[in-house]
Formats: sequence, structure tokens, C-alpha cells
Amino acid sequence: MRLVAARGVSKVFANGVRALDGASLDVGQGEFLSVLGPSGCGKSTLLRIVAGLTPPSAGAIEWPAGKTDLGFVFQEPTLMPWATALGNVALPLRLGGVARGEREARAADALGHVGLAGFEHTWPRELSGGMKMRVSIARALVTAPRLLLMDEPFAALDEITRHRLNADLLALWERTGFTVVFVTHSVFESVFLSQRIAVMAARPGRVLSEIAVDAPYPRTAAFRTSADYAARCRLASAQLAEAMAA
Amino acid sequence: MSARFVAPVVMGLLMLGLWEGIVRIAEVPPYVLPGPIVVAETLVSDWGTLAPSLWITLEITLEALAAAVVVGVLLAVLFSLSRWIELSLFPYAIILQVTPIVAIAPLIIAWANDVELSLLICAWLVAFFPILSNTVLGLRSVDHNLLALFELYGAGRWKTLIHLRLPAALPYFLGGLRISGGLALIGAVVAEFVAGTGGSASGLAWRILEAGYQLRIPRMFAALVLISAAGIAIYLALSLLSYLLLWRWHESAISPEG
Repeated sequence: MRLVAARGVSKVFANGVRALDGASLDVGQGEFLSVLGPSGCGKSTLLRIVAGLTPPSAGAIEWPAGKTDLGFVFQEPTLMPWATALGNVALPLRLGGVARGEREARAADALGHVGLAGFEHTWPRELSGGMKMRVSIARALVTAPRLLLMDEPFAALDEITRHRLNADLLALWERTGFTVVFVTHSVFESVFLSQRIAVMAARPGRVLSEIAVDAPYPRTAAFRTSADYAARCRLASAQLAEAMAA
Repeated sequence: MSARFVAPVVMGLLMLGLWEGIVRIAEVPPYVLPGPIVVAETLVSDWGTLAPSLWITLEITLEALAAAVVVGVLLAVLFSLSRWIELSLFPYAIILQVTPIVAIAPLIIAWANDVELSLLICAWLVAFFPILSNTVLGLRSVDHNLLALFELYGAGRWKTLIHLRLPAALPYFLGGLRISGGLALIGAVVAEFVAGTGGSASGLAWRILEAGYQLRIPRMFAALVLISAAGIAIYLALSLLSYLLLWRWHESAISPEG
């Protein structure tokens, strides 16, 4: 069942740059979908259009079963420095008018899910880059949205932290069953995480091809070093190279 | 900490010693240049005259600063809510700022028809612009992704202002406040000089003028010392306020380790 679909979405910015030209994408209910493309291919713009943060110049976003709640994770942790981890995670609930006691309980719960139990009263400046990103993910998940949009969330992290967050994100996804649209420019990350990869081409941005990654879950560190993973990465790299040549 | 405290104190004592030494060795008469010891003695002996003046100047300064905070922040918020209000009013705020207070003080004194009120207006005029411009800058310097997040969760202008723009603007506002604290004092003193009226309610600037007429130079210096001390006290108090509000989260308030 489809959760959301982009239909021929185009975006021309005020400065005349054509970021997207007829991009189409189907996102299935409960799916983990990666959007893979070179920088400047408009993948972040597509994500913002799906989120409703940017209006498309042409085309439409369809929600077959009605628009759902969604969570958004930016490339930067985007935390409020004047609020504790708990305050940051509770923000969506606060803006939604949830009473203090309930929102703090739910925010503490969400922090626990991303492995930050005990860090409720820590200030963002006291957290490492990886921990800040965990807070950001907890904030996106605190409203229990059906769709999680992630815009290159781990691109600025070191490799060790990135691998750990990949594994933890997958575990959360398997346990909770939300839908993920994960924008990345890393072939390795997209193959490791997703069930399906949409490959985008740049100038103008459009979805050129799709790759199914039917390796079973749970995917562990062993999958990352398997021949199967290497073969899939090779295939995805070839598709990306084709997209960049197109 | 210790070096930051000791170095300026030692420097100050050396300069005071040098000053006292020069005055004594060259036998400079106190009506030309009194030494620091004479100034300190005058400060004690004339405290009965100087203290009420100090309170008057401080009162005007603090009232003007409070008014500057209220008007500056309110205007800044209005500007952030409406681009049109900002476009139409901001140039006039700049005009008020760049016009020398000495030049408009006589007008204000003539119009206000009340010395204390006119002094207050002058000090306020000088003090309010840094608060306004810094707060406007702060209200605008909001992470655009956080703004997007607030939009995503359906927060209107009001909630975005309360939960995002005002906290983000706080460090900028406090920076402006520290500048304005000193400017309010300067504005109050300058306006007093221009008003130049002695009477029942007369501040430190009037004491300086009066002492000048009477050639009581040590008293002039004593009043000057009090003005400086008041300025330093205001600055320290506002720095402390800024630290208390920001130390948990803002980079400016975090002391480097080691």
C-alpha cells in the first residue's frame, strides 16, 4: 500500500535554478526507502516538498490514505541550545499543546529508544555530534509519526559513529514499523539501510532508476562485510555513475 | 582568573602612584591637578553633597535603561512580526541614533518643561538603539531549519516568537543591554551638562559644573570618579545578569577549560 507519492514534481527557485524536473517517487507503507544522488541533484528539495516545507512549482504530492504525521531529521542536529535534551525532544509535543507531565514522560521514553536514557537534563553543548543526532531523531519520533523523512542525517558524522547510528536506526525501524525516506549521497549507507533505492540524476533533478535491495533483515555488521553487500554496492555504484553521466 | 584580576589592579596602583609622585615632586597645586590622595579625601569629606547627586544620576540612568529595554524590545518584536512596520520605522530609529544628543538636548529640555523628564528622555534616546538593533538582529538570526521544524509542527507566529525567536535573540539582546547601560549613563550626564540647572534635584554632572565654577577641582575629580564607578558598576551588574541567563547554554558564557 502506498503511503505517499510524488507525481512529476518540478521546482524552479526564484533565482531561476531548476532543482527538480518531473521527479516521481512512490513510498510504500512501512518501507525503508533511500534516495541516492550526487550533491545538487535536488534530493533534499524533493524531501522538503514531500514534508510540505517547500511548495512544488509543478506536480503534486499525493497521500492516498490522507496526510500523516511526519518527523523530519535535518543534516545538522538542529537542536535549540537553550533547552535540555528532554526539552528539545518534547518540543513537537509542546507545540501540539500536550500537557507538561505527559510530554516529558513521552520525551524521556523517546530518548530511551535512541539509547540516551539518563541524558534527559544534558545540554546540547555537552553532547557529542552522534548524541546530538540521536536527540534529533528522538525529537522526530516523539509524536510517533508514520513517516520519517531524513535529509543526509549522518553525513557530518565520523564513520564509526555513522555505522552505529545506521544499526540503531534499523533496529528502531524494525521494532516500530514507521516508514522512512532517507536521503543520502553514500552508496554504502543506502545499500546497508534500505529495501529500495531511488537513484536521482542532477541538473535537472529527477528519479532515474530504482534498485531493490532484497537482503534480509536484521542486517548486522556481518552483512556490511559480506560478498552479497559488496556486490549490491557495486551494482548501486554503477547505477549512480549512469545517473551522473545522464 | 587571578591574572585577570591582579594585572589591572597592579597597573592601576602603579598609575595612581605615578600620578601622586608627579603631583608631589613637581608641587602641582591641587586647583590645577589634585593627587589621588586628595581626591580620595575629598570623596570622603564631600560625601554628604556628592551622594545625593550620585543617586539622582543613577536613578535617571536606570529609569532610562528600563524604558530603553521596554521600547527597544517591543519595537524589535514588532519589526520581526511585520516587515512593513520595520521598513517604515527603522530609518527613523537610525536618525534618532545618529543625531548627537548634545544637539537635540536643548530642544527636549525646552519642550519637556520638566528637568527630570527631559533628562530621562535624553538618556533614553541614547540608550535604546543598541537594544533595538541587537534584538532585531537576534530575532532574525534563527536557524532556518528550526524555523522549518516549527512550521512542520504547525506553530504559528506567536508560538514561534515565544519558543524560538525570543530565546534565540536573548544573547544578542544582552549584548545590546551592556552597551546601553553605559550609554544611558553617558546620556544622563550629557543631558545634565546641557540642562546645567542647579536646584533641589541635581546630579553628578551639575556637581562637576558647580565645582568648576568654584574652582574646587578636587571635588570635580571626586564627582568624576563617582561617574566612572557608577559606569563600571552598571557594566559589571549587566555582565553578571548576562552570565546568569546564558551560562548553561551559550558559547559566550562558557569559560575555556584549563
